[in-house]
Amino acid sequence: MSTTKEKKGVSRRSVLKGAAATAGAAIGSGAITGFPTVWAQNIKDVTLRQFGTGVSNLNDVAQKVKEDLGFTLEMTALDSDAVTQRAATQPGSFDIADIEYWICKKVWPTGNLQAMDTSKIKNYDKIVGIFKSGKLTPESVIAQGTAPHTVGFVDGPDGKTFAKEETGWMTLIPTIYNADTLGIRPDLIGRPIESWTELLNPEFKGKASILDISSIGIMDAAMVCEAMGEIKYGDKGNMTREEIDKTMAIFTQAKKDGQFRAFWKTFDESVNLMASGEVVIQSMWSPAITAVKSRGIPCVYQPLKEGYRSWGGGIGLSKNLSGLELEAAYEYINWYLSGWVGGYLMRQGYYSAVPETSKEFMSENEWGYWFEGKEATGDITSPTGDKLASAGDTRDGGSFYERMGHVACWNAVMDENQYMVRKWNEFIAA
Amino acid sequence: MSNQTQAIPLDTTASTPGRRRATYGLSDAVTGWLLSLPLTLVLLFFLVLPIVMIVIVSFWGATEFSIYPAFQFDNYEFLLTSPVTYSVFLNTIKYAVITWAITLVLGFTIAYFLAFHVRTLTWQIVLFLLCTIPFWTSNIIRMISWIPFLGRNGIANSTLMSMGVIDEPLEWLLFSDFSVILAFVHLYTLFMVVPIFNTMMRIDKSLIEAAYDNGATGLQTLTNVIIPLTKPGIMIGSIFVVTLVMGDFITVRFMSGSQKANVGRLISNDIALLQYPSAAATAVVLLVTVLIVIGILLRFVDIRKEL
Repeated sequence: MSTTKEKKGVSRRSVLKGAAATAGAAIGSGAITGFPTVWAQNIKDVTLRQFGTGVSNLNDVAQKVKEDLGFTLEMTALDSDAVTQRAATQPGSFDIADIEYWICKKVWPTGNLQAMDTSKIKNYDKIVGIFKSGKLTPESVIAQGTAPHTVGFVDGPDGKTFAKEETGWMTLIPTIYNADTLGIRPDLIGRPIESWTELLNPEFKGKASILDISSIGIMDAAMVCEAMGEIKYGDKGNMTREEIDKTMAIFTQAKKDGQFRAFWKTFDESVNLMASGEVVIQSMWSPAITAVKSRGIPCVYQPLKEGYRSWGGGIGLSKNLSGLELEAAYEYINWYLSGWVGGYLMRQGYYSAVPETSKEFMSENEWGYWFEGKEATGDITSPTGDKLASAGDTRDGGSFYERMGHVACWNAVMDENQYMVRKWNEFIAA
Repeated sequence: MSNQTQAIPLDTTASTPGRRRATYGLSDAVTGWLLSLPLTLVLLFFLVLPIVMIVIVSFWGATEFSIYPAFQFDNYEFLLTSPVTYSVFLNTIKYAVITWAITLVLGFTIAYFLAFHVRTLTWQIVLFLLCTIPFWTSNIIRMISWIPFLGRNGIANSTLMSMGVIDEPLEWLLFSDFSVILAFVHLYTLFMVVPIFNTMMRIDKSLIEAAYDNGATGLQTLTNVIIPLTKPGIMIGSIFVVTLVMGDFITVRFMSGSQKANVGRLISNDIALLQYPSAAATAVVLLVTVLIVIGILLRFVDIRKEL
């Protein structure tokens, strides 16, 4: 399949480049988004191939792109490991990579992605501080781990090393992010849960789960060990071998004692474990909670006193993009940040990189519930129409600033990554 | 399996009329080489070459995101000095042995019933086809459908509880060695039934009558006549089951809730993390192990002679 696409791409590109040279008319259409569509005439023939994790690779987005911008966006959803693999090894297979910041740290040195000129990003100034200076508010303390701003910029269009501050050349345009915590079944637990330590509480023996994606799982494990007071980490996002050994020793012991019911690797597995009652407390992702809830089963994304483990994703451009397709990609990015997608994602419980534009695409009730942490004034439904909350409910964890302000660490790639992976494999095999 | 069934009508006289065929001026030796050429090429490109590649890559080195050619023993050194490798290989062999034993008993019994208790050929075929019905769906679906059945609040537990057999749900039904082996047995018993049934059908019924006439008991007939004559079928079925179980990774992952590991999972984890050389080294060690196991199995029966 990929070879046929490849061939199509080559011929399409050469044809379009010729067409682009002759087409000079700039038509200021695109009334919905308000961006002048420079290539309006032939941009309809462009196809951009995007791949990424399931969270933001939504067919609704592709449809809306076709409506608003006129060109075709092909989506491929993969799991985090497969995304990394593809970005690193198959640069010809995609135009746009929708990846997480920690994956970017791993993949950027391969040279498969190109830096983006921020002067072409219309809403650049409105992007949340987390992705630029690293600070949510001027007083914020930067959390541990691979914080997005540390891998967000490079020195120039061909920069291979990450810059310490804003340079005007961005690696990924932030699109979506959230603060993760443990998911619980309040009906089966029946008491308040306040700390990460509860994951290893013998009370939940055989009813706990953790995710089996080493780079994220180790962070959840570290949050637990630190909360238990067993280990004091220098930086949870960049552990020493000794810290990794200690963390895995605690978890291996727990596994041998039968603490865990299962480990999960995909979104659906986590939903099924929780919905079936096999597991009552586990690492989980926000939309998975939504999925459990929409089956009518109570499930809470429990804020914990030690803080959240956070992650962020963004879209990066393939090195191979140029000419008309590159223009189309910039248009896509500008459209992405202009609000519709943000609103869509925020109604799923994620956050948009430019919240203020998303506000225009959400009702006052939705904005209050999802962003400001206020009581819902009416029913809250997901973008697909499932009811998630009724009037009077509030979001787990409160407002945007409340949640994103309590991030303890970001998903990360460590210097000792290979060692950590081996230790993690030992833990799974133990 | 198919090779076997096709082998039945072969008889020694078939080769003589072949000599009259037009030879187009080619000697028998050349014709023979030409005839075997397509298969040789297919095997060379799709079996030998990939394996050679795997062996070569297993000596390469890897960084976070790329692999580079080298000749180093790091991958093997790490693999063979890690206690995890041994426990994982042990676990893989454990699954293979237990699954083999259960599928053998089941497969032999089913085949025996089909071959010797069902009298008419029509019913034999009908019942045999019945055995293959589960194979109309994919094996992933067959495997995953056990999960809701065996779960804490699954059908098995709720039935047992409503019957009053147990007071609280049995935890070990799902995400345990039990569920993994159950799925393996479910998936692979047919691979044992088919070859055994096939060899049993070829046993001359008069041999069994002769055994009875000579005063052999049912058990003596079984151990002295039927089992020795079905050995090739048993052996082929065993090779199928053992190699399938030892090479599996997805069944172990789903049915153990990712809690147990076998060699296949080690390899898939390595691939997911872009550690191809390490995955290749593990694959080579697994390949050697499986070949040794098959070598030992073939020691017991000379399949070529028996077929």
